[in-house]
Amino acid sequence: MENFKIDVDADGIALITFDVPGRSMNTLTSGVMKEIPEWVERIKTDDAIKGAVLTSGKTSGFCAGADLGDMAGGMLAGGSLQDAYDAGWKLNGALRALETCGKPVAAAINGLALGGGLELTLACHYRVVGDSPKIQLGLPEIKVGLFPGGGGTQRLTRLVGVQAAMMAMSEGKSFRPNDAKGAGIVHEVVPVGGEVDAAKAWIKGGGKAVQPWDDKSFKLPGGGPYHPAGIQNFLVGNAMLRKQSYGNYPAVLNLMKAVYEGVQVPMDAALRIETRYFIKTLMTPQAQAMIRSLFLSKQELDKGAVRPAGQPKSDPKKVTVLGAGMMGAGIAYVQALAGIETILIDRDQEAADKGKAHVEELLKKRLSRGQIDQAKFDALLGSVTATTDYGLIKGSDLVIEAVFENREIKAEVTRRAEAQLEPGAIFGSNTSTLPITGLAEASVRPEDFIGIHFFSPVDKMMLVEVILGEKTGEAAIAKSLDYIMKIKKTPIVVNDGRGFYTSRCFGTYVAEGLAMLEEGYAPALIDNIGRMTGMPRGPLEMHDDVALDLSVKIAKQTREDLGDAYVPMAGWQIVQTMVEDLGRYGRKNGKGFYDYDTKPKKLWSGLSELAPVKINDSTPELIEDQKQRLLYRQAVEVARCWEEGVIDDPREADVGAILAWGFAPWTGGPITLIDQTGLKAFVAKADDYAARYGYRFKVPQLLRDMADQGRTFYGDFAGKQKAAA
Amino acid sequence: MADAYIYDAVRTPRGKGKKDGSLHEITALSLATQVLQALRDRNDLDTSKVDDVILGCVSPVGEQGADIARTAVLNSGWAQTTAGVQVNRFCASGLEAVNMAAAKVKSGEADFAVGGGVEAMSRVPMGSDGGAWPVDPSSAFPTYFVPQGVSADMIASKWGFSRDDVDAYSVESHKRAARSWAEGRFKGSVIPVLDQLGLVRLDHDETIRPNTDMQTLGALNPSFAMMGEMAFDSVINQRYPEVERVNHVHTPGNSSGIVDGSAGVLIGSLEAGKALGLKPRAKIRGAASIGSEPSIMLTGPEFVANKLLGKLGMSKNDIDLWELNEAFAAVVLRFMQALDIPHDKINVCGGAIAMGHPLGATGAMITGVVLDELERSNKETALITLCIGGGMGTATVIERV
Repeated sequence: MENFKIDVDADGIALITFDVPGRSMNTLTSGVMKEIPEWVERIKTDDAIKGAVLTSGKTSGFCAGADLGDMAGGMLAGGSLQDAYDAGWKLNGALRALETCGKPVAAAINGLALGGGLELTLACHYRVVGDSPKIQLGLPEIKVGLFPGGGGTQRLTRLVGVQAAMMAMSEGKSFRPNDAKGAGIVHEVVPVGGEVDAAKAWIKGGGKAVQPWDDKSFKLPGGGPYHPAGIQNFLVGNAMLRKQSYGNYPAVLNLMKAVYEGVQVPMDAALRIETRYFIKTLMTPQAQAMIRSLFLSKQELDKGAVRPAGQPKSDPKKVTVLGAGMMGAGIAYVQALAGIETILIDRDQEAADKGKAHVEELLKKRLSRGQIDQAKFDALLGSVTATTDYGLIKGSDLVIEAVFENREIKAEVTRRAEAQLEPGAIFGSNTSTLPITGLAEASVRPEDFIGIHFFSPVDKMMLVEVILGEKTGEAAIAKSLDYIMKIKKTPIVVNDGRGFYTSRCFGTYVAEGLAMLEEGYAPALIDNIGRMTGMPRGPLEMHDDVALDLSVKIAKQTREDLGDAYVPMAGWQIVQTMVEDLGRYGRKNGKGFYDYDTKPKKLWSGLSELAPVKINDSTPELIEDQKQRLLYRQAVEVARCWEEGVIDDPREADVGAILAWGFAPWTGGPITLIDQTGLKAFVAKADDYAARYGYRFKVPQLLRDMADQGRTFYGDFAGKQKAAA
Repeated sequence: MADAYIYDAVRTPRGKGKKDGSLHEITALSLATQVLQALRDRNDLDTSKVDDVILGCVSPVGEQGADIARTAVLNSGWAQTTAGVQVNRFCASGLEAVNMAAAKVKSGEADFAVGGGVEAMSRVPMGSDGGAWPVDPSSAFPTYFVPQGVSADMIASKWGFSRDDVDAYSVESHKRAARSWAEGRFKGSVIPVLDQLGLVRLDHDETIRPNTDMQTLGALNPSFAMMGEMAFDSVINQRYPEVERVNHVHTPGNSSGIVDGSAGVLIGSLEAGKALGLKPRAKIRGAASIGSEPSIMLTGPEFVANKLLGKLGMSKNDIDLWELNEAFAAVVLRFMQALDIPHDKINVCGGAIAMGHPLGATGAMITGVVLDELERSNKETALITLCIGGGMGTATVIERV
């Protein structure tokens, strides 16, 4: 065996050490899956072995779970349903053999155990875990559109009951060692390093080789579905899952089905049921899309997949942030966490201090949660200097401006900062809409000038959009990406244009909601349908969040810039009247499409006078049609961005859309939506929307060509990568 | 095909469906038995001529399980040759039993059949029989299952009935029920329930509050707000996104009461009646059942009424009296709104909000109520209908002879 080592000690206890060669972390690769049955068989049949302890040979953790790259293709490679089932059953069959081998088996969990890693230990009779804050135990599969398929749905449920297990699996949250013990997931928490000894001690102390669920007296904690108490878990559980998922995630429903059907039968049958639903889920377009975008593509981008080759690796140690508002302070905070010395500059000391106070607030939260100690808190806060003195910029590897969205102000701070900027340092503008090439005109070194677009709130939003001006050089791109990777954000690189990629495409969602309003859709219908697409909020409430007066300002600016080419948004009059005549600016003044003086907020009753309601009844068909409408509108804009050269990598387009503006994650992103729909079908449907709702849905010629030639975005991309390799 | 006629209809009074209710110490079997015995004794019925007894029962487990209809036949001293079958169409089980009995007579399978029902809700609580629909994610999820109360609140929200609207309806239901008792409108059909010794245990509907008013009702808390906010409001809102938010208007005061009770309707052909010297009271013109959208669940009566009237070539103007089970006030208000029916033609003797809804028996009970009222007010036709769990509607049109 390559991945496991077996050492039998004098007491006849086999220590099975899990150590995948050449990898920093253990995952369940296809090789690992093949070897598990081998050592299980050895434990069972070797008379010299009295019991076994399973542990990891890695310092990085016990096991991070399935190798998703391997699995997504591997299990379905056979072609037939039966082949897929057989492949899916392999792990379940082996783990079932392990827990029924007749000899006591303990897991010595000496590092994080997630997904299949934790499932491996759940098939052991006893679990010891090291007491380290770095150790997490959990079943996070749901985050990539799957659910536990290695017995987790059945064993965790039988250990902790339906409610707790469903919460853990449907949200994918991890447990720390002591919480896991409290919940009944592990048996013992010991000081780090003592896991194997404790596991062996349990075996020597007469540990039983029978799982609780194989004991005749076993009762499911909390009761099963037709138990007077247990029934509530399913009644309410089904509703909670719909409330959270809007029915967009097959994994969520299949998880519940596996649990519901599984707990009513003995373990062998339960595992077969789990495998069936697991394979069914793995085959859904949603799971395929989510694995690719949210796991594989995101990981690639996180590791610098789009960083220009040949540029030396840089490590920013000192970074200046100009503008200490919410955005600037947020950037300062994430820099501090990453160990970057930060100069936070504003026009007056009071404003700069206010920004630093915000950093302090965020750090205090970490302190109160025990994520950092007082010494670390002091050090991190101390690494941020609030000042008005541009002279302190000296020695910075990077300056990021986060001042008002105003060309003159931005030009002025650019000039002042560059005066202090040493050769090799770069200047980043955190603008969300103003074209970078134009802003770079204020720069004396435009090759070092680049857009570094953060999203608010910076501490929570995972994406940073890098925008290239006409003259931005490759070194500046590489340095920006090195910086973004250092602060542990996901970078995408896009070309210049009005609204770049994310702001431009997000705007179409909000605008389409306004068009629906003008057409007479009831406002509740619009926002509920928006939420039902899987977007984080409805288009009207998002418009309120962005601020209606900002929307008016941007529209006016665009009209000025474009002149005759400007075409106002559908429903534009409604917003203009609300802002200019009625003083309704959105959430910020408590009055927008909604009134915010009550909780929860309520739709403004006067809206029907500005936008008379004509469609106040829905059918499932209407809902589906309008859901697709909202998604298509955004996807068409993404395709336009692609044709115009704003973006050219499907991974960036998809991951960027999901992380920046919350584009329905179940789709895998707008490009995957187009690919999975099929270019032909997508174009036909978009044409239909264009006929009904106007030119906004007109697809670029690129899509028609691709449809005619039978191409897909990811197909083209794979070809391109192959050619480059 | 033969016609089916109603020869008699009896019912027990409805006892409060709790531990302190008068009928809590009387078994479900005893309730059904006393109904069958009354049908026999009032009509001097040769029970060997009755082919089948069909009883609705919604929670057929425990003492209501294992075909309580057959058990009741044997227990009541009826001829052992009479068969018995228990049926479940949720809230319309009692009417479904009547319709099935009529169908057996019409087809010639039976000369006489009893359609009725029994539900001792204080003894066998609602939901005791489990059931996959709300529990199995395979059925709950795609149908947007929510508890009925949330459905009723959605009906009120979608069609604009306020808390005052539903409370006002309730006040009127209690008023009408109290007046009906005071005027003796029910005396011919309600049989007193006897205890183990043979003493009268209950001889009137126990939950009527003649003096209830808007203020009293207004003080009650909504029954379904908490479970709605927990998750179910979001579920039904995903099916009806045109509604901004579910307005929880239903309370114990404007929803049907939980009660114990039983009822039976004796149905037979004209010839069979003649042979026994019985006089028919009404003809069953026709019946229908439909399925409707299951999440909002309780809008079926509108659709089944239209379907049945269409089948019978009748219009709504041909119906003198409407009887719609008062499951929740909004159900009746929506029905009146959808079919444009004035309040003085529907549920004229009060309904389940005042008197209670013994699930499996109600359909047979309200058939008797409206038949008595047709006779008392000298009217001809009535349409009886109930909203039903799972999104269904069952309806029957009867006509005096």
